[in-house]
Amino acid sequence: MKENSDVQAHQVMEELRLNYGPNKKFVTVCAGTGCRANGSLKVKEALEAEIKKQNMKVDVLATGCLGFCEKGPMLIIHPDKYFYQSVKVEDAPEIVSKTVAKGEVISRLFYRHPETQKTLFREEDLPFYKKQLRVVFGQNGMLDPTRLDDYLAIDGYQALAKVLSEMTPEGVINEVKKAGLRGRGGGGFHTAVKWEGVRKAHGEPKYVIANGDEGDPGAYMDRSLMEGNPHSIIEGMIIGAYAVGAHDGYIYVRNEYPLAVTHLTMAIAAAREAGLLGKNILGTKFSFDIKINKGAGAFVCGESSALFASIEGRAGEPRAKYVHAVEKGLYDKPTVLNNVETWANVPLIINKGADWYASIGTEGSKGTKIFSLVGKINNTGLVEVPMGTTLYEIIYDMGGGIPKGRKFKAVQTGGPSGGCIPESLLDIPVDFDKLYEVGSMMGSGGMIVMDDTSCMVDVARYFTSFLQEESCGKCVPCREGVRRMSDILKDICAGKGQEGDVELLEKIATGVADGSLCALGGSAPNPVLSTIKYFREEYDAHIKEHRCPAGVCKALITYSIDAEKCTGCGVCLKACPTQAISGEKKKAHTIDNNKCTRCGACIESCKFEAILVK
Amino acid sequence: MTKAISVATKTRQIVKKHGGDKSAMIAVLQDIQEAFNYLPKEALKTASKAMKVPFSRVYEAATFYTAFSLKQRGKNIVKICVGTACHVRGAAALQDKFERTLGIKPGETTKDKNFTLETVNCVGACALGPVVVINTDYHGQVTMKKIDKIIDKINEGGA
Repeated sequence: MKENSDVQAHQVMEELRLNYGPNKKFVTVCAGTGCRANGSLKVKEALEAEIKKQNMKVDVLATGCLGFCEKGPMLIIHPDKYFYQSVKVEDAPEIVSKTVAKGEVISRLFYRHPETQKTLFREEDLPFYKKQLRVVFGQNGMLDPTRLDDYLAIDGYQALAKVLSEMTPEGVINEVKKAGLRGRGGGGFHTAVKWEGVRKAHGEPKYVIANGDEGDPGAYMDRSLMEGNPHSIIEGMIIGAYAVGAHDGYIYVRNEYPLAVTHLTMAIAAAREAGLLGKNILGTKFSFDIKINKGAGAFVCGESSALFASIEGRAGEPRAKYVHAVEKGLYDKPTVLNNVETWANVPLIINKGADWYASIGTEGSKGTKIFSLVGKINNTGLVEVPMGTTLYEIIYDMGGGIPKGRKFKAVQTGGPSGGCIPESLLDIPVDFDKLYEVGSMMGSGGMIVMDDTSCMVDVARYFTSFLQEESCGKCVPCREGVRRMSDILKDICAGKGQEGDVELLEKIATGVADGSLCALGGSAPNPVLSTIKYFREEYDAHIKEHRCPAGVCKALITYSIDAEKCTGCGVCLKACPTQAISGEKKKAHTIDNNKCTRCGACIESCKFEAILVK
Repeated sequence: MTKAISVATKTRQIVKKHGGDKSAMIAVLQDIQEAFNYLPKEALKTASKAMKVPFSRVYEAATFYTAFSLKQRGKNIVKICVGTACHVRGAAALQDKFERTLGIKPGETTKDKNFTLETVNCVGACALGPVVVINTDYHGQVTMKKIDKIIDKINEGGA
């Protein structure tokens, strides 16, 4: 029985769509956080002013993140879809008078293929985008996230209308199950199983929550979705709420994402206004509304039970999970908690069908995944690829490899719960199960690329001290175990490592993994264990030879000046904060290692790469 | 912040805005911090009474979350991103540089109350790394040289 359905839903939607039509000639400017920091809003203003000055009527849209953050500010000129990158305010008059007015191209603003030097006109021609499948993230570039009409114009809320008028809640769950959607937040739990559990669970009210507490350092795809396409998340949540029988929803957003809060707040208000949220959605009997909760800077709040505690107004401490959230979640009521990206996948499954969705990806992991490709990589940004794409394709074909011709060392995935994957495993297809097999995990999709100047012991130290700081302190294995691991790693980096330290780390790791209450502690040893497994020789170099091969750990390195490269310009001498450098003008300088603190100021200042680190 | 309105009155207004609801604790603390730039003890005590929540609970929440500060903060808040992407691009060296230049450690405020130094475990602008956020401005691909310029600019403007 379709108790909530109503044919009216479709009609209301049609009316909404008719009211909002897109202009055909328009310019989209990327206004994601990266491009904003590079001045994209100023470029937008300049374009608008110029268009007005030249008496034209062309819309300029500030869209969400387009992903290729390395080349911001970027803009696309429709209908030709010319893709301009690294645009400056000064370029605005020429862009308007040539490209916008006459469709003439400005060659210098196009991206050039780094190898062939060929000019590439459109987004899809760029190597960065070519192999991507941007079914979720691609919508970002087509809409101004502050306007509901833009989302409606690209068939937004069509999935909701279909669900409310044609599908039963069970039908929705079955569709999601058939699609094989798994949680994008890290765990990879089957979404439909969660929904089914909540639908069947006793207890009212039921809650639906979007986890936007994107805490994994190095991951920012959830941010870009919340900022760039908030309605896709809201639509997914309404469909989920209909499927499980919930009327109250929450979006928990990280404190560090103010723009996401602003855009979500606007989107919720607009959806309410249009009858897409609130009482009797689209004229049906179904009612559902969403509140936003802001986090306050605690990594552990990405964990389900800690997140519930935080929404309830308490300190975010997890609890043991012998009773699952689907039974007792927020306020001890049945709760669906899904990651932001998971929610954004839901309308897509409904619109295009489970079969289409399940045709993308691997045996156990369906659909696409957005990854943030950052660190020591040429094309930093967000990429969306079908599950099963190899690490090599992501890092080299899309990412363009390692800058300055340096050597790839490892890619870190899964945040502080994940691990470091070495070069020998770059051919593995990326999906939930494969990453887990090699000792890492998908996590929320951060991929931090490291080259030969990254020290793997230092990376392990970094993650354990991160986790020590973020451990809520409730259970002993995590609180004390992570601290001990962190102490040992700090000692190794400080040149005070001892024989047997690695074995001791492995022993503590087992205890922490087995004994911790929540996933934070349970997966805390991963960065340590994976670096020991794949980069044991670096640990040995630190402990036995008192040497940091990557030249990172300050206690184990010395700076010197290459007399042949040094021109005696004196720039490093001025940059050095401890007066450790001396030498006459135009003659090779020297470094007094008793005074040198290895701060790196001289390396940054030297144009001749004359500072040697050993 | 106007002196005319007392800490207690402002706090009661904030609690009232959130309907006095216990579950709004984090939001109330966020609003208090926004109003005063930190969480004054008096505000926490007033919030405890107005929300009928034991003071220990308020204190627990106020100290659990890293976004809250119990100490008065400076006019300019410098947040160094120490996320993984920034870490591998040299965030630690930038932190040293800020510590040297401002003469304070993370969590501390300069004597002239002009700067507070903080670290953040990723601001989600990884492509720009290393990133420093000063008040609401994002600075990308930060170098030690850039830091000197940024601080000089703020000092000139704020003096």
